[in-house]
Amino acid sequence: MDAALAFERPILEMEHKIQELKALADSTKLNLNGEVVALEARLRKVTGEVYDNLTPWERVRVSRHPQRPVTQDYINGIFEDFLELHGDRSFGDDRAIVTGFATIEARRILLVGHRKGKSVKDRLLCNFGCAHPEGYRKALEKMRLAEKLGLPIVCLVDTQGAYPGIGAEERGQARAIALNIREMFSLRVPIIAIVIGEGGSGGALGIGVGDRVAILKNAYYSVITPEGCAAILWKSADKAPEAAAALRLSAPDLFELGIVDEIIDEPLGGAHRRPQETIQNVKDFLLRSLDELQARPTEALLEARYQKFRAMGRVDES
Amino acid sequence: MAMGWSRFGKKKDMPGGLWIKCDACSTMIFRKDFTAERICPECKHHFPLSADERVQLFADEGSFEELWANMKTVDALGFKDRVSYAEKIENTRQKTGKNEAMVCGRARVLGQDLALGVMDFGFLGGSMGVVVGEKVTRLVEFANEEDLPLVIFCSSGGARMHEGALSLMQMAKTCGALQRFQARGGFYVSVLTNPTTGGVTASFASVADVILAEPGALIGFAGPRVIKETLKQDLPKGFQRAEFLLEKGQVDRIVSRTELRTTIAKLCAYATGSANPATVGAAHEVAGGATGGEGS
Ligand SMILES: [Zn+2]
Repeated sequence: MDAALAFERPILEMEHKIQELKALADSTKLNLNGEVVALEARLRKVTGEVYDNLTPWERVRVSRHPQRPVTQDYINGIFEDFLELHGDRSFGDDRAIVTGFATIEARRILLVGHRKGKSVKDRLLCNFGCAHPEGYRKALEKMRLAEKLGLPIVCLVDTQGAYPGIGAEERGQARAIALNIREMFSLRVPIIAIVIGEGGSGGALGIGVGDRVAILKNAYYSVITPEGCAAILWKSADKAPEAAAALRLSAPDLFELGIVDEIIDEPLGGAHRRPQETIQNVKDFLLRSLDELQARPTEALLEARYQKFRAMGRVDES
Repeated sequence: MAMGWSRFGKKKDMPGGLWIKCDACSTMIFRKDFTAERICPECKHHFPLSADERVQLFADEGSFEELWANMKTVDALGFKDRVSYAEKIENTRQKTGKNEAMVCGRARVLGQDLALGVMDFGFLGGSMGVVVGEKVTRLVEFANEEDLPLVIFCSSGGARMHEGALSLMQMAKTCGALQRFQARGGFYVSVLTNPTTGGVTASFASVADVILAEPGALIGFAGPRVIKETLKQDLPKGFQRAEFLLEKGQVDRIVSRTELRTTIAKLCAYATGSANPATVGAAHEVAGGATGGEGS
């Protein structure tokens, strides 16, 4: 897949030009600082203009950018230690979901995350982040362990959806997701969920029930992928941009609808342009949320968790 | 997750004549032999039922008290595809005479009181938007407060796309309510009828204490068309049918409509001790007979 998104072309051209200029300055020993500074200022302006005006569909494209940081990057960038635990105790190890103990500034947590993979081989191995029932069962096993040990749970959500396959159906995909959703309401430890890329329907929600649910600025959360929605309602997957707009799946809309509690900022030009900055933003959010949630009495935590989801959606009873 | 409903939603008007053709085996059924259960006498195919027909067939006569009947949909997103969602809802209400895809209330079955929810596939494919999610949640809370067993008949293409992530979150809302109900000993039976897929299967339908299915019902997470397109191969015979799920350990029993009342009343008797399960329904049900209209 070409990393260049059409709407990013002016940004990429300018980035390229700045690099050329810097290389020229290096090789010729000419002082081109003024030119470079001016171009960099223009680059910031153009990038800001492009990214402030992204359509919902363009944001979906950003959320799927091949260089966008994925769960593995957050694990490496945020935690001083990570100890992966694989077993679902039932059928097999689903690499589309990773679970394990992790340490963040000396705080112990349990991490659960969709894994999309980075290299082509890796992506195939992780089934592109589309989990089977085993992934959800592994997540529940480990979340129950976290509850027993009193460790907060951090879920990183990034999937187009749970895998639609024969084996997945035979082994109870629907039940695995449903059970996770129900049980996450019972876990007596804080749960923080962050949609870091794609929040694809039940496959996302299967590890997405939390006391605090946040979303990165260019991530999305939806009942169905825009392509899937377009294929059904518009009878054409080409209408995905229209579907993305209609579904109101972008972070600002989700915040307004009360689906997410907080939007985590991405650097100018998207998470893929400055992964380290993005990871730091997520880390700051995590530290703050962990401290806030851990200070709450358990009963109040569980009651608030339920009431948050209980309040989602209005009806007309006139 | 969210599915289209058009492929299941073909309206099968019963011709006014003396004969009805079976969808499954094409047998011509003499109208007189076609009882309120709507089962083909030849191949036992279970024809679709509307929520109202289901309630009438399942609950003791005159026992059903509907709750939240006037609850209506709010078009929170201002959704529009080729037509506007608000218009689609209004047209569907006109056409079906129902406000939404779910009917809830208090009912009695063979003398057993219970909280009853029935999904209506005829209303936008039984899809779950905020109203369906809210009704299920209130029903669970009602069962909790009134100390009643909870029975939900599921029939749905999944979460409703037109309400976006709000539909998705109804999966969480319903499961959250069920967690509380079940944790304090509440008893919940779900009955999966044709078809039950997507976000309904992946939420309240699949976390029941006892999961029943009607014969031949299509039940799954992903719809068969999606799986076929993903895998680019034909699906095994009988894949995702109730019998297949029983074989795979995903449901507890397949129950014919003729035995649903007794089975559920008996399950409730086992769960609550309200009656002797061995004698539940003995005087009421005769296999194959029309039972929907009887008193108890
Ligand atoms: Zn037949």
